[in-house]
Parts: sequence; structure tokens; C-alpha cells
Amino acid sequence: MAWLLAILETLLFIAAAPLLAGWIKRVKCRLQNRKAPSLFQPYRDLRKLYRKQPITPHSASWIFRAAPYIVFASTVLAAAFVPLVTVNLPTARIADVIVLVGFFALGRTFQVLAGMDIGTAFGGMGSSREMTISSMAEPAMLMAVFTLAMSAHTTNLSQAMNYVLDTGLVLRPSFVFALGGMMLVAVAETGRIPVDNPATHLELTMIHEAMILEYSGRWLALIEWASQIKLMLYGVLIANIFFPWGIAQDFSLQALGFGVAMIALKLAVLAVLLVLSEVLFAKMRIFRVQEYLSFAYLLSVLGMLSHIILEAARVHH
Amino acid sequence: MSLFFAYLSVAAALISALTALATNRRLALDHLSQTLLRRWPAIQTKADKLLSETDYAERHRNSLFILLGISGICALLAGAGILTSNTIATDTLPLGLPWLHWHIRLDPLSGFFLCVLGLPLIAVSLYGPGYVREFEHGKYSLAVLGLFTGLFVAGMELVLLADDAFVFMIAWELMSVASYFLVVFQHEHAANRRAGFLYLLMAVIGAIAIILAFGVLAGFGDGLTFDAMRGAVLSPAWASVAFVLALTGFGMKAGLVPLHAWLPEAHPAAPSHISALMSGVMLKIAVYGFIRFGFDLLDQIHWQWGVVVLIVGSASAVLGILYALQQQNLKRLLAYSSVENIGIIFTALGLSLIFLSSGQTELGTLGLVAALLHCLNHALFKSLLFLGAGAILHQTHEQSLENMGGLIHRMPELAATFLIGTLSIAALPPLNGFVSEWLIFQTALQAGNLESGVLRSLIPTASAVLALTSALAATCFVKLYGVAFLGLPRSEHAAHAHEVRHRGMLAGPAMLAACCVLFGVLPTPLIGAMGNLTLQLTGFQLPNTSALGWLWLTPVSPETAAYAPSLVLIGTVAVGWLCYYLLYRRTGLEPRRAEPWDCGFGGLNARMQYTSGAFSMPIRRIFQPVYEIRETIDETKEGPAQTRVTALRYHFQVPDRALLVLYEPAGHAVLRLARWAGGLQTGNIRTYLGYSFFTLIFLLWVIS
Repeated sequence: MAWLLAILETLLFIAAAPLLAGWIKRVKCRLQNRKAPSLFQPYRDLRKLYRKQPITPHSASWIFRAAPYIVFASTVLAAAFVPLVTVNLPTARIADVIVLVGFFALGRTFQVLAGMDIGTAFGGMGSSREMTISSMAEPAMLMAVFTLAMSAHTTNLSQAMNYVLDTGLVLRPSFVFALGGMMLVAVAETGRIPVDNPATHLELTMIHEAMILEYSGRWLALIEWASQIKLMLYGVLIANIFFPWGIAQDFSLQALGFGVAMIALKLAVLAVLLVLSEVLFAKMRIFRVQEYLSFAYLLSVLGMLSHIILEAARVHH
Repeated sequence: MSLFFAYLSVAAALISALTALATNRRLALDHLSQTLLRRWPAIQTKADKLLSETDYAERHRNSLFILLGISGICALLAGAGILTSNTIATDTLPLGLPWLHWHIRLDPLSGFFLCVLGLPLIAVSLYGPGYVREFEHGKYSLAVLGLFTGLFVAGMELVLLADDAFVFMIAWELMSVASYFLVVFQHEHAANRRAGFLYLLMAVIGAIAIILAFGVLAGFGDGLTFDAMRGAVLSPAWASVAFVLALTGFGMKAGLVPLHAWLPEAHPAAPSHISALMSGVMLKIAVYGFIRFGFDLLDQIHWQWGVVVLIVGSASAVLGILYALQQQNLKRLLAYSSVENIGIIFTALGLSLIFLSSGQTELGTLGLVAALLHCLNHALFKSLLFLGAGAILHQTHEQSLENMGGLIHRMPELAATFLIGTLSIAALPPLNGFVSEWLIFQTALQAGNLESGVLRSLIPTASAVLALTSALAATCFVKLYGVAFLGLPRSEHAAHAHEVRHRGMLAGPAMLAACCVLFGVLPTPLIGAMGNLTLQLTGFQLPNTSALGWLWLTPVSPETAAYAPSLVLIGTVAVGWLCYYLLYRRTGLEPRRAEPWDCGFGGLNARMQYTSGAFSMPIRRIFQPVYEIRETIDETKEGPAQTRVTALRYHFQVPDRALLVLYEPAGHAVLRLARWAGGLQTGNIRTYLGYSFFTLIFLLWVIS
């Protein structure tokens, strides 16, 4: 039963990710006074790509062809580990939050390798930039989740959410710092403005798009879908770790239904926040990103230190 | 039984060394067999067949490595036997000084490190025959290579078996000196001679520190045997002196920052299978020495030591990987990454020391297990990568990443094995490198259990550094793989490379790759096998490693953290296959081959790709304060007033800060001191007579 629920939840996760992307696009269009496409446009795009014949560059090896599957599989697995509508699912025991970060890294590694596989300047450029950004974003993310892990005495996401639910609404300085760090990282890792521009058409400013420039057809569909899932993953992480209220703690139908509604609401709000920041800020120069990410890292480390100095000490005495 | 295998292992390595002397000595051996075996014609015909002209060279070469392989298998059997049996085998050999026979002891700790030695050694013995063939008829002597390889392996095994300081130091020096000859094996390159000299110098200084450390213990204990040293009662000050000396000595050999500068010089200079043994195994022998000294021989542990080890380890980890990122030479990159991994191991050991000294035995044990596991993992994937690098070198004769590229098309099997090594060392799930880093993070996250606020904030900072290190390591190895194996070939050699012909040269790395996957997916039995080891060193056995079943790794408790790598692997493969089935099999749309996007200009070539230097350029800018970057841009100008730039050439060099700040000034200071002391030698007999006269007067005054 629990396993079945876990699989259903993962399927829901995968299925809902394009919807979130559609919602973001819609809100963004509204804010920019443009005519918005349908909420379901991402699904149509995916279907269109799925039907097209893919193209491989001459210089590509099996890595290029295998990478989309590995990227998609690792993202789906990561989605399976993160509690979406309910905690206490058995999948949370298979992998904790460090493994989750590891899975993001696995997908990214193959994406980057595929970018270098084609042997063009754009592929290498995107790969180099992506790895540079992630090598600064990943530690910031780890520090942010470690802050939570040290408070909750667990790296198991399900247990950590239970801990936050049990302690109730307490204003912890460490959580505020960690939340700030995590949000900055989420923007960087999902390739949004101001770090990267998902809608860019200029090769020289691309990061994520430069790596996948050669992909087409079903492969592009998989990669696009994987990045939509990844965006939603970060949203769910932020929503459920820092504001877990509403998530189902038992498997009753009522609780689950409420959980679905709550997470949809939380994601919708987070998406509006993301769109606001995308509309208000311009894309940064690539060598300004380090400052942005160092700030995220600093926030996360401050969060951890404030936990140790202010909060853990209180527990001890 | 285990001890028998251990002896057999040492003996096989020594016989391999002796056998090497028979290179190109077929006639002499033939003559010897004619005289010795005259009585037994049956044996003689067999011997004649063995020594026949046609296959002698190949038989001889194979026999060298078969003996090394036997040595490796025996080491593995001895280690596995002692790890599972929970006994300690001791022995005294009638060798050495008249009043101090050689004490030998095989306990779970040395058994574990015998396994760490055995697995890469087996791979090397598979790989070696194909690799050393090119040395057979060249200017280098296979006899020298084989002799010192055997002695080197025997030395490492004896270090693990030693139970008194005397044997330990003899074996240690055997290992150091033999490996020196291996480093300078290709001695006509001045760089190799320089690397060898630096290596020898550091080995000697390190050995002095170790001898002094043993001296302190021997002085307070009663004698040179390890048993006597365990009984020594030291004041905290003297214990700290011994500890710092041991950390310096063993840390120098292991390549801790800032004493690491010899390592990236020496390891790449040796032939690749030796580099694999040096980076994969010898550094672990130094770690063994440190663990033996710090956790076993010293009777007490102070938290300050843990802090020192933690800081040194973290610094080594992050600096090692930052320098590795800027290397363009493949083997140098791998050597710097060894500095990083040793740093990670010492970070875990530092955590363990801190927890043990504050009475948190369970967490201290966890840190120790994480460190040991990372030792094994690093031995596996670093040997794999060095062997792979050797195969590339063998096939392309290129050392620089800037001249590689596209090898995945030319050497597909090697590329697949190398990829597993790359993913393991980049600490990606579900491979083995991830498991040990995961355990280290889990240990660090328990810092909240400590009383001292300083320690509680130091440990998370160290884990922040570790997180940065592992992210940079992923960048570094993605760069390595992407530049060397993917894209278009950047040189003629790379374009015309082909897969290695000798199957052993693929089988060795493949065996290590299989171990990487196996220990990554099923780490629990391995950690369970370390129970006896930790029981002996810390008096504690991790109880909860498999509280949820043997598939799950639950180091502290199932509620705190659980990880089931095998299920993760199954999940990934299942989802990946399902996508493949649904998307490819069902649609049946075959991909079409086409030119990549070239902005419509056409004429893409290999020089337009990102190079290794270009890939790591953003890191070079971001971490500029850490590096000492020397960049030059050569402009070729033409035109009437030399104003038109027709070509630009960019060079960069990132010399090691430690060399510039520590080694070179120290070297200059020693030279200056020597020159000053040399002033005493005037060459004038009257001055020398004057010296003797005043010395005599002084001594007479002292006596009276």
C-alpha cells in the first residue's frame, strides 16, 4: 500500500511538473503584458517533440544518446525521494537528502558530458559554466539542508518534515538563513534569471541551453521534462521543508486530498515569487554569479552556525 | 593460516623481484639448468622448453606479473581471513638484531590494509605484462623495473606486518627507496630526476620524523616492540610531541598540505602501473601508519589533535582539488586528486579523533569506518584511473589533456571502464566514492552531540569545506573525461589511437571498475566486516549498519539516516529502461546523423572546442587568491606599423604555492647555511691546526 502510494506520488510529481512550468509562463506573460499561452502548452510541446525524428551530430558517441535517459531517470528518482503530498513513505528511507543532492549531481554530470561529447564550442562553454555554477551552488545547498538536518537530527527528509511539524511554528534564525540560501541556490540550479535565462536565443549567453543545443526530438523532450521536474523539485523542497504544514501525515484519503491542494497552493505562490524576481531583475554577467552564489553559501553557513551557537546551546543547558 | 598467506605474499613479491634479474639472461639460465638438472632428464627437457629462445621474453615478463598477482591474491586472502576470524596472529622471525628479533603481527587493521593493497595489486599484475612490453627493447631495463617493483610491494606488505619499530622502519625505508628507483626509472628526463630527488629528500625527512616519534614512545615504554609502546605512559605534552612528529612523518608520505609538493612531481614520473600502486596503495600505507600510531599505540587521544588533523585534512582536500582542476597533464591531475582524497581521509580521521576524545565512541568509530572505507575506495578508483591513463599514454604517447579528445570512439572499452572510475571519484551515487563521503557527512552532522561550542561550530565548517571539495571534484573529473574522451581529437596521435591489444590491459581496470560498482551498491557487508577492526581500535562495533536489512546502510539509526544503494541503482535502471522502451522501441524513429550547429558559418574543427584550460578558466578566476597564476599572451603582429594582430597564443601556468612559499625558501636557506658553514673550510693547514688546538684547549678546560 505504502509502496503503491509512493509510486503514485512520483507519477503525480512527473505529471504535474509541466503544469507548473505552464503556470510560471502564464504568470510571467501576465506581468509582462503579453498574451499568455495555455496552461497546458508545455504538454503540447512535449508531445510535439516526442513525435519528431531526433538528430545526432556526427561526432557524438553513445554518451550523447544515453544522457537524456540518465538525466531523466536520475531526476525521476530524486522526485521519488522527496515527500510531495505525504510523509512517512518508504521511498524516503531509500535515500536521504545527501543522496538527493548526489542524484542532482549525477544527472548534471551526464548532461555536461553530453555537452562536451559533440565537440563544439557551445557545448564546452555551456558545460564549463554549468559545472562552475554548480560547484558553488551544491555546497550552499548542502549547507542549507545540513542546517535543517542538525536541527531535526536526521537527514531523512520525511523525518525532518515530521520534526518541523511537531515543533510547530517557531521562528528559528537558522531556518531563515537556510531558506534564503536555499532559494538563491534553487534559482541558480534551475537556470532561471538572474543566473541563466531559459528563454535566451543568443548562444554566447547561454548556460543550460548551450549544453543541450544539439538535442532534438524525444531526447529534447526528456531533457525539457527533466528540467521541469527539477524546478518543481526545488519548489517542493523549499515548500515542504520550511513550510510543511498541510502535508498528509497519514494515508487517509481526506489527508491526501488536502495535501495535494496545499502543495499546489504553495507551489503556485512560490512560482509567483520566482516570476516576480525574474521580471524585476536582469540577468547577471557570468563572473557576477560567483558573488551571488558565495552569498548563498554564506547565508547557509551562517544558518548552520546560528543553529549551533543560538539554538543547540539552548537545548544543552 | 592468514599469517601463512601473508608470508607467502611477501615471498612471492620478493621472488618476483629476483626473477626480474633474469631479464635477457636466457643463455646463463640455460647453462645453469644444463648443469644442475643433468641427473633428471625429464625435468631438463621441460626446463629446456621453458627456456626456449622463441617465447622466453614473453614468458619471463608474464612470470614477473604472475608472481605479483599471487602476492596480491595472498595478501587479499590473508587480509580477508584475519578480518573475518577475529584473531590476532603474531610471530617472531629470527632475523634482525641479536637482541631484537623481528616481531610480526597480523591483526584486523593490517588485514584490512592488506586487502587495500591486494585488490589494486591483482589489477596491476593483469595490466603489467602488456604495459611493460615497450620497455623490453628500449633504453630502459626491465630488470630494474621488475626488481624494484617486487621490493616495493614486499616493503609495503612488511610495513603492514611489522610489530616493532625496527622492522617497521626497515620495511618503510625499503618501500621508500625502492619507489625512488621507480620514480627515476625514466631517468633521461631532467624533470624525472628532479622529481626523484625531491621525493627521496621528503622521504628521508619524513622517516626522521617517524623515527623520532617512535623514539618518544620507546623512551617512555620499555623497548621497541609495539606491545611495549602500547604500555607507555606519557605526559600530555610528550604524547602531543609524538603525535605531531607522527603526523608530520606519515602526513608527508601521504601528501598532506603543505608537505604535498613532492607528490604531484613524483607520482606521474613513474611508469603508470607504478603510479597506480604509489597513489592507490602507498599513500594508504602512510594512512595505516598514522592510524596504527594515533589510534593504537598512543594510549590517549586529545581533542586538540583531532582539530589539527581536521584542519590539515580539510585544507589538503580543498587545495588538492583546486590544483587538480588547473592541471593539463593527465597524470599530474590524478596525483593532485590523490592529495584531495588523502585530505578527505584525514578529515574523517580528525572527526573520529575529536569524537573519541570527547567520549563519543560510537561516532568516533563511525568516523574511523568512513576513513577506512574511503581508503579502500580511493585505492580502487585511483588505481583504475592511473591504469587507464597509462593505457592512453601507451596508445597515444600524449600526456597532456590538450592533445587528447575523441578517445571514446577510438578506445570504447577503455572509455567505459574509465567512465566508472570518473563517476566513482566524483562521488556520485550509486558508486563507491559516494558511500564513504556520505558516511563522513553523517559523522559530521552528529557534531551537535559535542559539549564544546568551538568544536560544534568547527565541524560544520569543515563539512562545508568538504561539500565544496566534492562539488569541485565532480567538476574536475567531468573536465578530465570530457576533454580526454569526448569531442573531437585534438592531435594526430589521438585521432589515430586504437584500443589496447593486450587483453590484460583492459582486464585490470575492468576488475577495479567492477569492485567500484560492487562496493558502491553493497557496502553493508564490507562495513560489517570492519566490526572486529573497530572493536580492537576503539572498543566499539557499529551496531546499526544494517538495522533495516542488509540492503540498507543505517550508520547511526534508521531514523537518522538510511541509504539503500542497490535499490537506488535498480530504480534508476528501471526508469531509464522504461523511458528507452517507451520512447525508442515504441516509436521506432531512428535518429538522423547531421552536422552540429555552427552558426551557419561552417567548418567546425577540433580547435574550436573548449580545452582543458578553458574549461577550468572560470574556476581560475573565482579562486584567484588561492592560486599563483602566470599567464602570458603572445601576439603575432603584421602590417606596416606592426599593428595588425594575426595570431594570439595564450599560455598559463599554475605553480604550486607550497613549492614557492615553503620548499624553495627552505632549500635556499639550507644552501645559504651550507655556504656559511663552508666558510670554515679555508683550505689552509694552519687554520685547521688552529681549530684542533682550540678544540683541545676547550675540551681540557671542560674536563678539568
